[in-house]
Amino acid sequence: MPAVQETIDKVKAIDVDQYKYGFVTDIESEKGAKGLSEETVRFLSAKKNEPEWMTEWRLDALRRFQQMEEPEWARVSYPKIDFDDLYYWAAPKSVEGPKSLDEVDPELLATYEKLGIPLSEQEILAGVEPKNRVAVDAVFDSVSVVTTFKEELKKAGVIFCSISEALREYPDLVRKYLGSVVPVTDNFYATLNSAVFSDGSFVYIPEGVRCPMELSTYFRINEQNTGQFERTLIIAEKGSYVSYLEGCTAPQRDENQLHAAVVELVALDDAEIKYSTVQNWFPGDKNGKGGIYNFVTKRGDCRGKNSKISWTQVETGSAITWKYPSCILRGENSRGEFYSIAVSNGYQQVDSGTKMIHLGKNTSSRIISKGISAGRSQNTYRGLVSAHRKASNARNFTQCDSLLVGQDCGAHTVPYIESKNASAQFEHEATTSKISDDQMFYCQQRGLSDEEAVALIVNGFVKDVIQQLPMEFAVEAQKLISISLEGSVG
Amino acid sequence: MLEIKNLHARVADEDTEILRGVNLTVNTGEVHAIMGPNGSGKSTLSYILAGRDSYEVTEGEVLFNGENMLEMAPDERAAAGMFLAFQYPIEIPGVATMEFLKTAMNAQRKARGEDVLSIPDFMRRVKAAAAHLNVSMDMLKRPLNVGFSGGEKKRAEILQMSLLEPKLCVLDETDSGLDIDALRIVSEGVNKLRSPERAMVVITHYQRLLDHIVPDVVHVLSKGRIVKTGDKSLALELEEKGYADYIDTAA
Repeated sequence: MPAVQETIDKVKAIDVDQYKYGFVTDIESEKGAKGLSEETVRFLSAKKNEPEWMTEWRLDALRRFQQMEEPEWARVSYPKIDFDDLYYWAAPKSVEGPKSLDEVDPELLATYEKLGIPLSEQEILAGVEPKNRVAVDAVFDSVSVVTTFKEELKKAGVIFCSISEALREYPDLVRKYLGSVVPVTDNFYATLNSAVFSDGSFVYIPEGVRCPMELSTYFRINEQNTGQFERTLIIAEKGSYVSYLEGCTAPQRDENQLHAAVVELVALDDAEIKYSTVQNWFPGDKNGKGGIYNFVTKRGDCRGKNSKISWTQVETGSAITWKYPSCILRGENSRGEFYSIAVSNGYQQVDSGTKMIHLGKNTSSRIISKGISAGRSQNTYRGLVSAHRKASNARNFTQCDSLLVGQDCGAHTVPYIESKNASAQFEHEATTSKISDDQMFYCQQRGLSDEEAVALIVNGFVKDVIQQLPMEFAVEAQKLISISLEGSVG
Repeated sequence: MLEIKNLHARVADEDTEILRGVNLTVNTGEVHAIMGPNGSGKSTLSYILAGRDSYEVTEGEVLFNGENMLEMAPDERAAAGMFLAFQYPIEIPGVATMEFLKTAMNAQRKARGEDVLSIPDFMRRVKAAAAHLNVSMDMLKRPLNVGFSGGEKKRAEILQMSLLEPKLCVLDETDSGLDIDALRIVSEGVNKLRSPERAMVVITHYQRLLDHIVPDVVHVLSKGRIVKTGDKSLALELEEKGYADYIDTAA
């Protein structure tokens, strides 16, 4: 039928070159030497004035890494990465902790402006209501350049700073929790990150404190050929609550940029952590050239009873995504949630999902995954739900829906379910559908263009997950999904 | 308003001709009924008018206010004022009816170079139109057509029609799947939209719809051609005698 043929043609006409945020900011950068060695690690650690134990920790990770093999089980293919051809340290020059926005390089502020990121400091000046404020810890390449709101958070006893700063100011806290959720040897990329992590966020919510604002970090990879290895650690003490937002865009580059982050969350008794991500890194051009390689290890530990960790992600960027935000449900009655939208277009490859590891009694988890594949992309959901022997009455509900746009893309669902406890109850539902010609025609008859129709239908498809996002992200995410699918028809 | 001249059409990639020379002129302010047995080409005609690309026009032309409608994309036709009320309205999961209405209204306004509606203005219009059609707030919040009863689907179609304010309305078997009460509500909704500035083409099998929506002209479509045209009494005659006579004459 020609309707189908038309869709194919439109999908072929995909133009991921439209990548909106593909520009390069011309800021002088300071780079370390290329390559991965003890010298690199020592140089990096020294640059950051880290304590001796941290340097040793990194070196230990490096030694382990050198004996590890790159995993090949994911449904992604890419040319081998030469880890010795990468820089492991790049920071914008002459940054010695600016005290206010005035001291920040105007080029950098201009970059954020192009991205439409409101540095909340400006909101205060404009007299914005404090309750609407979003604290932004802006990571530009590897060093945190601007940290706003720190003072206000401090009043609540909340620590929100870069991990480098935390290593200097709160070494005991960092030492206690770093690597306690994602061990140094957890996997190839996590081990690499442990050796050379550049920077990231550190959050500590004291007992009984409800963090007074959403914490937000915008990451941006800028320097050519720089692997960026963020490390984030969030600790929610007993009875505390925090919502953390992470949003990413990267400028357009020809060469692939490696990104291997590690995020660790620790929720103690009755604590709740909500972690939301919008990821929009350069996906590569329309021929599949370039784009970010995104190998991320994100894991939350519901260490205390009645604790809750919730992951929400909107993944539209990166050439390769390898990411499984997981929950270890250790505490009794703890709860894990994973809400995901993964959009792939062009030649993008996504292998993403979650792991819900039920260890404690009466633990529950919920997984809602929405995959949208267009163009020639491959989109895989890979998930593990397991109940250990002592996990009596563990509960899981999983729903995995895939939507195909066009005929050259693929959607795959690989659920692993393991139960060693007879009282566990796991439910799994999966659907795969296509945007039908009937739906397209109906929308067009009402006056919607091809692209408006696809955006509307897709936004309907992902609604269950969008609803989980904090307000300010929900709107951004919907826009992002529409932008990502631009050119998938028409 | 609408001129169809010697229209021949078939399902794309198939040889069998479904429309075999349809001629029809509908003037502004008129309501025309097209009746005919199953397989006569009624739905095909409505799809071709709306621009569904699984059909192929092999001969003839369709003018909409003097413009060649066959050259226009479906959304262009919609913005120009062509509305098709579907026989089987399509489900759009996850998209609230209200949201769909707003998207459609604003898409057409943008295409015509008009400003998008403000939220209060939009809400006022929706509430007014919904009240006439017995459409509740609750229904407007549900995903479009998902889990709607037959009556709800048709009411939602007429609601869209009244909000989009088209110049030409084509109703494809709007009476199918309706009970007597729903038929009355839907017909009243349609009658409210009758206006000297608007034309309607009502496609139906049955005369009963035409008791409620009284047409100015009735056509009989059989085997891809209009074989008889008359006034509303033609519909009554068909009700009595069936289509047998016309099937024979068209053969």
